[in-house]
Amino acid sequence: MANSKNVKNHPFMVKDCALIALASGKKVQNLREMRDVLYTISPDSIYYHFWGGLLRPRFDNPEYHNDFAIWSAHSLHDKIMAERLAIIDPIEFNTLENLRSELVDLIEERLDEVDYPIWAKRDEQFEFIRSQIVIFDTRKTVLKPGDLPKALPHFSVGSIFYHFIDARRRLNNSLDDFQNWFLNFGDTYMDLCYQIAEIDPYFLPLYQLRQKLTSVFTDYFKKEKI
Amino acid sequence: MSRILEQYAKITGEDVIEHLRQLAKPLKGMKLVHINSTKMGGGVAEILHKLVPLLNELGIESTWDIVEGNDEFYQCTKNFHNALQGIRIDIPKSQFDTYETINKNNFEKLESVLKDADIAFIHDPQPAALIKHLPERRGKWIWRCHIDLSSPFRPVWKYLREYVNQYDASVFSLAVFAQQLPHPVYLIAPSIDPLHDKNIELPEKEIQDTYNRFEIDPERPMILQVSRFDRFKDPIGVIHAYRNAKKFIPLMQLVLAGGGASDDPEGEAVLEEVRQAASDDEDIKILMLPGDAHRTINALQRAATIVLQKSIKEGFGLTVTEALWKQKPVIGGDAGGIRIQVINHHTGFLVNSPEGAALRIRYLLNNPDIMESMGIKAKEFVRDNFLITRHLREYLTLILALLHGNKDRIELNGS
Repeated sequence: MANSKNVKNHPFMVKDCALIALASGKKVQNLREMRDVLYTISPDSIYYHFWGGLLRPRFDNPEYHNDFAIWSAHSLHDKIMAERLAIIDPIEFNTLENLRSELVDLIEERLDEVDYPIWAKRDEQFEFIRSQIVIFDTRKTVLKPGDLPKALPHFSVGSIFYHFIDARRRLNNSLDDFQNWFLNFGDTYMDLCYQIAEIDPYFLPLYQLRQKLTSVFTDYFKKEKI
Repeated sequence: MSRILEQYAKITGEDVIEHLRQLAKPLKGMKLVHINSTKMGGGVAEILHKLVPLLNELGIESTWDIVEGNDEFYQCTKNFHNALQGIRIDIPKSQFDTYETINKNNFEKLESVLKDADIAFIHDPQPAALIKHLPERRGKWIWRCHIDLSSPFRPVWKYLREYVNQYDASVFSLAVFAQQLPHPVYLIAPSIDPLHDKNIELPEKEIQDTYNRFEIDPERPMILQVSRFDRFKDPIGVIHAYRNAKKFIPLMQLVLAGGGASDDPEGEAVLEEVRQAASDDEDIKILMLPGDAHRTINALQRAATIVLQKSIKEGFGLTVTEALWKQKPVIGGDAGGIRIQVINHHTGFLVNSPEGAALRIRYLLNNPDIMESMGIKAKEFVRDNFLITRHLREYLTLILALLHGNKDRIELNGS
């Protein structure tokens, strides 16, 4: 159990964020062009096309989970490519450069299989986008881990994005902010960290991610009381 | 919380309003000006009517002015509008001269407001040339393009780009519309105001009165398209779709409701073509509504069984958003911003021809349960993505980003 000094020194500061999209000016019409742009495009853009979908208009649980796969399916009508791209889970890659390499490899493999690259219609080109993130303090704090089950349902989806997804890119250890907070308490919350680590944020819309985290925290602290 | 923000909080939730307050805090006391070319008619004016008071409520001193011109100026800017959306038009030099003169005259009228502004949003091509007259600017100038610039007629874009290049940033509604420019190009979809007369809930009696007023039979299915009488909106295609579907559903009625905008001189000609195409079919109602007939449009959208927006070219298509907000499935042209609002089998159907529209009309009218579930989904989709509060949040984010030197991460102090 955490001692009182630790609790006092390490409240969880709840932050929130807003993303805004910017056009990169780069657009491609077939897989060969996509591969060529992928070699040089800013890592921010790769990040945006994997994670930005969580904070912009789309229906929950789409068939394909990143923009590259969606474009392959709907604009190139290359379902094989779409499925291969869709299976990429970005949290398996500890850097965006590794993720970039995986994308390039998969596209090159597909280019080797087809006689000529399939073209998208002129008005269905893939537009590379990047984003800026504005982070602000909500002035809310969670004083101790045991307060999380009550606090989490009141987190905005922007807060969930910032603490559970953006944190992995922001911090050197690739962990989310919750796990990093628990590390301040020594080994006390190791079991909880393992449970959180098992949640794959990639396949859930943010409001479901919030529910899932709330349920993990609620179950954990209920058991701890018993 | 102020009354207006409280009203939005009821629709969007408190979180959304708190978000706006946090974003607006560092901008308090700043002067912001919006400039466009009309206060009546069209989606831009509608948004600004509410965006400006909201910005003021959040502590940002905001004003809205318009550039005023003569017939030749409006003819020129209408030509710009068509050319930027891809139509090849040779604009006479005299019109370019008028465009420049009118912008110069308007700059003289607006000079003090523009000089004082920390942030200036200049909407669309009409006032774009104002920037030329203030080379030493203290504020940030943002060109907000509401139209589809994906494949412009190059000579006209080349002319206009000389002005646009001078801005600090530009904003397009969709990535596909954006052009490469020497400054940050932001992507912000437009929005509707749920508290506007056009979108508020209406008493049932008002909807009934609307049926009576326009001699629409409430017992029979009614298909509606609300849009300016503009060739890009394809009203003739809508009539063809209706005729095709009516062979199978003879009781169908069609309402084409359009408004004029004071900066659109072509509307009358298109309206005449539509009247001729409708001929003497009593089940087609062509309504030319005044620019302030917001409640009437609201009532028509609520009265409709299905809403069409069969545009061939479309900036964003706020009439689609309005219909979705009223839980109507939309059959929309596979163009522009309609694509991000109409999701096949979820909020309606995208179509590429009058035949496609006719098929989807028949499908929906034969499946009322599907229509109902699509309508429910549609409203939630708009609540999450296309209300004015999201639009405002993105404008505030953009301003903060510009003021922080275009950094990728901007951390605000919450104290």
